[in-house]
Amino acid sequence: MAAHRCGLSVVCILIFSSLAHPSSCDTLEKANDNTATKRRISEVNTDGSVAGEDMNERQWQSTDVEVNRSDGTKNGETFAPAKDQFQEELVIRPLHSGDIYASFQFRTLWDTDFLQEGQKKVSHYRLFPKSLGQVLSKFSVQELHISFTQGFWRTMQWGQPFIPSPPGAELWVWFHDTVSDVDGNWKELTNVLSGIFCASLNFIDMTNTVQPSASFKPLGLGNATDHRFLRYATLPREIVCTENLTPWKKLLPCGSKAGLAVLMKSEKLFHSSFHSQAVHIRPICQDEQCTSKAWELRQTLNVVFDHYTSGQGKKEWSLFKMFSRTLTEACPLASSSKVYVDITDNPEGELFELSPATPLLSQAVVLGDRRTYSVYDLTRAETFGQLRSFNLLLRWKGDSGDMLRPLLHAERYVAGFGLQTGEIHTVIYNNHPYRAFPVLLMDSVPWYLQLYIHTLTVTSKSRDNKPSYIHYQPAKDRHRPHLLEMLIQLPPHSMTEVTVQFERALLKWTEYTPDPNHGFYVGSSVVSALVPSMVAMSTNFTQDQPLFSSFVPVKEESSYFVRVYTEPLLVNLPTPDFSMPYNVICLTCTVVAVGYGSFYNLLTRTFQVDEPSPPLAKRLANFIRRIRGVPLLA
Amino acid sequence: TLGPHLLLWTCPRGRYAALAIAAVVIVVGIPLWWKTTETYRAWLPFSEISELDSLQLQLSVDIEVVFSRGTLTPEQQKKFPLSHVNEKEHQVDVSIPELLTSPSTEADLSLHMLSESSCGSVVVYVIPETAALLPEDVKVYVGQRRTALLRSPPFKSSWSLKEVLSNLDVEVEQVVSTMSFSHQDIVAALSDRVRMAKVTKESMADSMRAIKSSPGYEITFSLLNPDPRSHSLHWDIEGAVQSCIQPLLNKLAPIANFSVDSQILYYAVLGVNPRFDNSVSAYTLSADSLSHVINPVEARLGSNAASSNPVLNFLLYVPDSHHSPLFIRDHSKREVPSNAFHSPRWGGIMVYNVNEMYGPEAERPVDININMAKVMGVFLAQLRLMLGVQHTHPPTGFVLQSPGSAGLADWELDRLLWSRSVENIATASTTITSLAQLLDQIGNIVINDNIAQQVSSAVTSLQSAVAELEAGNLAFALQYSREAILASERAFFDPSLLHLLYFPDDQKFAIYIPLFLPMCVPIVLSLLKIVSEAKKRRADKQAKSD
Repeated sequence: MAAHRCGLSVVCILIFSSLAHPSSCDTLEKANDNTATKRRISEVNTDGSVAGEDMNERQWQSTDVEVNRSDGTKNGETFAPAKDQFQEELVIRPLHSGDIYASFQFRTLWDTDFLQEGQKKVSHYRLFPKSLGQVLSKFSVQELHISFTQGFWRTMQWGQPFIPSPPGAELWVWFHDTVSDVDGNWKELTNVLSGIFCASLNFIDMTNTVQPSASFKPLGLGNATDHRFLRYATLPREIVCTENLTPWKKLLPCGSKAGLAVLMKSEKLFHSSFHSQAVHIRPICQDEQCTSKAWELRQTLNVVFDHYTSGQGKKEWSLFKMFSRTLTEACPLASSSKVYVDITDNPEGELFELSPATPLLSQAVVLGDRRTYSVYDLTRAETFGQLRSFNLLLRWKGDSGDMLRPLLHAERYVAGFGLQTGEIHTVIYNNHPYRAFPVLLMDSVPWYLQLYIHTLTVTSKSRDNKPSYIHYQPAKDRHRPHLLEMLIQLPPHSMTEVTVQFERALLKWTEYTPDPNHGFYVGSSVVSALVPSMVAMSTNFTQDQPLFSSFVPVKEESSYFVRVYTEPLLVNLPTPDFSMPYNVICLTCTVVAVGYGSFYNLLTRTFQVDEPSPPLAKRLANFIRRIRGVPLLA
Repeated sequence: TLGPHLLLWTCPRGRYAALAIAAVVIVVGIPLWWKTTETYRAWLPFSEISELDSLQLQLSVDIEVVFSRGTLTPEQQKKFPLSHVNEKEHQVDVSIPELLTSPSTEADLSLHMLSESSCGSVVVYVIPETAALLPEDVKVYVGQRRTALLRSPPFKSSWSLKEVLSNLDVEVEQVVSTMSFSHQDIVAALSDRVRMAKVTKESMADSMRAIKSSPGYEITFSLLNPDPRSHSLHWDIEGAVQSCIQPLLNKLAPIANFSVDSQILYYAVLGVNPRFDNSVSAYTLSADSLSHVINPVEARLGSNAASSNPVLNFLLYVPDSHHSPLFIRDHSKREVPSNAFHSPRWGGIMVYNVNEMYGPEAERPVDININMAKVMGVFLAQLRLMLGVQHTHPPTGFVLQSPGSAGLADWELDRLLWSRSVENIATASTTITSLAQLLDQIGNIVINDNIAQQVSSAVTSLQSAVAELEAGNLAFALQYSREAILASERAFFDPSLLHLLYFPDDQKFAIYIPLFLPMCVPIVLSLLKIVSEAKKRRADKQAKSD
């Protein structure tokens, strides 16, 4: 602000009115202020100034307070039972392609009566990060899921991830049903989150936000069904890097100072073929009876290291090799801190060897498969051995066997040629040998690809497959994207192809991105399904379930919930020559100037009939006569 | 033979046509171009804004002087124009016997009950010189509310009331400058606008320490635990805020909205390694190094994501077991008894040593309950400093009643309201005048209607705030000044002001030249020719006539 200084004269006139008269100013406090409670906190006698020193140098001042020196602190007083809880966990799964999948999960429980109406102005945070808590209460968020992913999860090579995420940034939020202006809250929320996570979430606006009717149901408490309170948006172009990881780590109570988060060195984490970090916040039950509720904050970080290809075909790995750190302690605030290594393929130790070995084994049913894990409990001192450092090492002995093919898998591409029309193909595979199951396909396509919904075809096994439910919301130019949701029955062991044609729209010249010839991204399709399980899923709720198997609530034993994201699309749009406006201006001006010039000439100049010039013979004769000095001919 | 172009000016028709085209271009073309390319600029009250620039503030305080029985002679009383004053006198008299026994808060309270003074006003009770209500050496007693007891100097019974009052002038003025505002307060509040030339260092320190006026403040209490392995700390911040901070904030509610929150930060370390002092076998932080202490912590404090109000941070630092106990030393190398320090407009830090609680055989982590009364006493004092509840230095012979459970006396609140109103008015008028100046200087800026509306509402609020100050209505003045600040800030930071700001002139000319050059050159040339021909003709005529 340009400080504008000016001479200013203060005229203080103190009017001494010697007479009592009732004043018109309203009193700000009640007159009958009862001072019966004369409990003084402490005799505070403040004098903050030290005389005779230069102000500019002394910015920090000691606070001189006469404190009540009676020291009432004693151990063993009644502590307020804070039920906040923090758990951390790392799962390492050697993949069949030779890559290593490492998945961190951190869970913070915030014990607070958030569902109570009439919010208090005071909010207190212990383990839960204050920044997120304030966001939750300010925007009346019921559930919030945000993920940042660099790279694409290759389902066919790697199997299913514990918590899937699409490339780029994804954000979906359920608002409380008391919110009146959901769009306004959403806009502000994206801006605030973009500040918290250092990401360009502020580019989320109405043109890339949809309200899916069936695909995204709340994962926590509260069976909200009104999708007016749901907002979903993806930014497939978002690049994820260190600046997003640092604020994410800051949300952990131990930061990256202790516990598993010590391993998160960004130069190693981003030197990988897949990196995904996410934050999921939802209300959950504290116990089985659901007598008390709590906010759950789950922070997950999934990395796939490609040591096989970058490490000269060697499949050995160790914590130090992957993260260039070893573990020395658990986070002291964590109630549980564990490292799991998937050894399902190695029941007798013939394939690989883990060192240090652990007697602790754990079985969990994850994604329809019974897996066996070696467990290392970091809260116990013996895990760290004599060196007081824990470096897990895996040595391969033989070749790995076959991977269980994922039962559900999807991919997508753009077909067609030229810059006018095209066709989006989405292919969904059901690899189950004998069971058919329905899937929900959700597609959100930007408005500049104008879908021809009448060309929508769904074929499986070269036969028409009629979706049992279609929710289609057409786009409005520059206002909202297309939203297409379909419930499709997938026949057993089949490939289902969904195609729809589109026409590319011409954008206004300011609507193009700075690099328009790169193309425009279209976010991933989302395939959500309850896939029939090979083994019985456990539906009972236990507190000591590993975190990776307890994210999605299991409702029935025979199936499990899977969400598969397809590749994002990159579509070229017809791109104009961007110097065109100036060329047009120049051309029009030239045309106008030429027209004006002739018009001006016509108006201002007079044309006279000139005398016809004498014939050539006469001119010649006159020329000769001039030379001879004879009078000229008339 | 003559070519057509040479024939041009011999014929008057061509001349007239050229003149007509020039006229059409000037009369129609240029205004049309001007109108279609001009930026929209709504009307702003520039004259009123320039009046604000030389702001004349007039602050007036309602002062009620009540004479108790025995201070005035009956003749003087008779000259009183209003009768109900006498009634009040009487009531004061009635209550005095009680006061004699307990000259403390009850006296103040009963006095307050007598006359319900409005905010910003001051009631001065003049008691006889010989009254035993006040101790011998006390001249003036300032209560918790807006009342003061003044020991009257001896009056001559022959004086008229006017003379009596003028005799009291000096004392009353002292009382007012203690209870309402002094010249220094006002200058400090205006420090943004006026050069600090004659301001004393102390009042400058006060004005620098207090956080700037704002519609709301976020107060954050953070417990820093750098060593969660050795001690697990428990603080009952909820109860402490409720009992210590909330009464003060409730009292301050007319000034701003306050929101309080707290957090615990683990592994948060100070930026300076404390030095071990063998003489006291403790670690010490010197005052010089305090400024480096905060930097690493501040990154973790986080700003409030949900609002843009200024944040006041109060940190309670429990040193890790290897650097404990930790004491702060001031510039004269003495230990600070409160073990706390504060930074102007930022907040404060208190170091809380827990080394005595470890015990020899204690199992780590040790559960430690923090004594919140001790901590909150320090934080409350720091908060009062930050909020600008200035510590006044009363003149000799003044006794100030301590503020009590609310943490703030009514007249202290009034002091704050006075200086805040003046500060708000100064800030808002600075904002508005600099905005007007900016808009005046840069013609490219679009001024939309909503900005014009904000500016004029800010100007009207400012004018009414000044008028209310003049009338002595402090509450209204503060309210109007807050409205003025809000409106002026909204106008100043409106993003629509930036839309065309960066449209440079050379680009404009690059676009206009292809059109303007071919159009203007013939017109200008023909006009020149017409002029030169007319000159020549006149010269010819003159030659002929000669």
